[in-house]
Amino acid sequence: MRTFLAAFAATTILAGAAQATTVYPLDRATILAGSPFDFKVELNKQVKPEDVKIMVNGQDYRTVLGGEAQFVELEKGKDDKALGSALLLRGLKISAPGAYKVEVAAGDETKSVTWNVYETAGQPKAKNIIFLLGDGLSVAHRTAARIMSKGMTEGKANGRLNMDDLDHLAFIGTSATNAVATDSANTMSALMTGHKTAVNALGVYADRTPASLDDPRVETFGEAVRRTTKKSIGIVATAEVEDATPAAVVSHTRSRNDKADIVGMLLDVKPEVLLGGGSAYFLGKEVAGSKRKDNQDYIKLFQDAGYKLVTDKNELAANASAEGNLLGLFHTGNMDVTLDREFLKKGTVDKFPNQPGLVAMTKIALDRLSKNPDGFFLMVEGSSIDKMSHPLDWDRAVVETIEFDQAIGVAREFQKAHPDTLIVVTGDHTHGVSIIGTVDDEKPGTEMREKVGTYAEAGFPNYKDENGDGYPDKIDVSRRLFLSANNGPDHYETFRPKLDGPFVPAVQNEKKEYVANEQYKDVPGAVFVQGNLPKSSESGVHAVDDVVLQSAGPGSEEFHGYLEQSDVYRVLADTFALGAKQTN
Amino acid sequence: MDIFSSLHLSRRRLIGAAVALPFTASVVRAADPSLSFDLYGKFGVLGLEFSDKVKRLAGQEISMKGFMAPPLKAEAQFFVLTEVPMSLCPFCSSDADWPDNIVVVYLLEKQTFVQPRQTIEVRGRLEYGSWTDPETGFVSLLRIRQAEYFSV
Repeated sequence: MRTFLAAFAATTILAGAAQATTVYPLDRATILAGSPFDFKVELNKQVKPEDVKIMVNGQDYRTVLGGEAQFVELEKGKDDKALGSALLLRGLKISAPGAYKVEVAAGDETKSVTWNVYETAGQPKAKNIIFLLGDGLSVAHRTAARIMSKGMTEGKANGRLNMDDLDHLAFIGTSATNAVATDSANTMSALMTGHKTAVNALGVYADRTPASLDDPRVETFGEAVRRTTKKSIGIVATAEVEDATPAAVVSHTRSRNDKADIVGMLLDVKPEVLLGGGSAYFLGKEVAGSKRKDNQDYIKLFQDAGYKLVTDKNELAANASAEGNLLGLFHTGNMDVTLDREFLKKGTVDKFPNQPGLVAMTKIALDRLSKNPDGFFLMVEGSSIDKMSHPLDWDRAVVETIEFDQAIGVAREFQKAHPDTLIVVTGDHTHGVSIIGTVDDEKPGTEMREKVGTYAEAGFPNYKDENGDGYPDKIDVSRRLFLSANNGPDHYETFRPKLDGPFVPAVQNEKKEYVANEQYKDVPGAVFVQGNLPKSSESGVHAVDDVVLQSAGPGSEEFHGYLEQSDVYRVLADTFALGAKQTN
Repeated sequence: MDIFSSLHLSRRRLIGAAVALPFTASVVRAADPSLSFDLYGKFGVLGLEFSDKVKRLAGQEISMKGFMAPPLKAEAQFFVLTEVPMSLCPFCSSDADWPDNIVVVYLLEKQTFVQPRQTIEVRGRLEYGSWTDPETGFVSLLRIRQAEYFSV
């Protein structure tokens, strides 16, 4: 134990050194056998190529890795700052499983990392995988979704969510390679590559050079499915299709903001079904509404590649069982959230009045993908749980969770008819939110905070679902759930749902500080809540807490206890036998 | 703005000086047609279409009220005019984009930036069509050129 602690301390000190020599993949990386990845060594000093010695398991690296790395005499950072020499070997593959100890020596610099290359089951356990990702899905979101959707009597829920009946469960750690906290890009990338990475990065290790598209790559799940199977791929999101989560199925960039490039990466992999928002990045810059900086017409490029284009829910429904690839773009940006789209008609619903929801998109994706006799991988993202949690708009975030759960219901129905399907449901990170009771308008007085009920004073909320659609008939009932954030910018708490459109808690002032949005100041009973984040924060932030993963179907038994999000990939790869010994 | 620093007094500068006088200001304000943020006549997944009014006013001197988004760079000669105070800085936050209804304002000359929450009125010549700013690479479809602004 003492030896272990000493070793741990030594590692910690090394990791904390300002400019340690870096080897990508990082130490303790887990690599799917046969999966292509880039190998990079970043040295702190400028050296000559003959000064660099790299051994892998005691042999010259060229012998083991099967290639010669390109030597970069001097890498440069911002403002041409000299960073040191580097070696780069792209697209190498290791077929034989086992531990690979990589030792680098150059002058007085040394670095040693060990990779674990793993193979998978020889035979697939499931024909299909449906991977459902609730962006930002936290425990409070699901508890609130259950109570709001099903109700509660004498302390027992009156019904269960679809996600409540997924039988295998694990806690997932979400931290990034460069921070204890994470964003959606980094964590979905880990889920979709098996490699942890840095905040904002997708399908790459984040190297030190400023360019965002040249960082050392690792294979994505979409690419691995393409490389090793004849299965179809589907991507469904209510966000822009080039947003971090859908992008992570196929993309490689240090910056999730490279949305125009990500559209090209989606076209490279050609998922058979691609549904969501974000058409602005498909339109050439001459077109009003475009967000591209070039004149590439990706609508046409997708159509030329055999895609049928649909732009609203009627066109989508009409193409439910058609043959061929399907591109569905329903908004120039992120699609409107369920509460606005279906009930309040706020947000941008007047401009895009005929957007489908996640449930319809999931159904149609399954209809089309299931035509492939070899099976499919479908990723479905409930995107706006997160997008509404950042601005602390808890009612919208919970209604999004209900919609996400209904999409899980569609997947479960499919699984009943196709038991050779693995379903995985998880979040990519959590938010700092909890339910602490109710707000009761009937409590005496005008001060809204006096109407907050905790413990026995909370009682139960009075949402009703008389039409049985799973959503509360009214969101602004007289006794509502009270969700509260543990972090945020300065803002006004109104204790009420935001019926006029999504909440905007803070705006920037001339000092670039976010201050409480005075639009809400005069809402009766509103109280000023002083922020506890730096004034540069415009909204609430992701929490570092573990997320819950649940799963059902063949392969799901591998999810238990605690897993890093990168370990989830291994289960997916094992379920499809993507790392089985290659016979050709 | 130091209006006496140069011998060259453009029409815009004269207006700038006139704005200081309330009486003249109201006369000047009435002179130019004003444009609101209802910029588009048609919305669609495959592109938006500018309103007839935008097309009709293109090339003309106009005035427009809005808010100054957090400037791209302190020394930039242009800024982005938005309908509502920008709650997010699209270049600070990793997943924020500019809204569709923005107008890029190219200043006739540098002016002091104001608080993003302060309503301003911009005056200048309306121009539409794709334009890439050579310095920043910022692409815009609607601009007010030779502009100046004041708080209202």
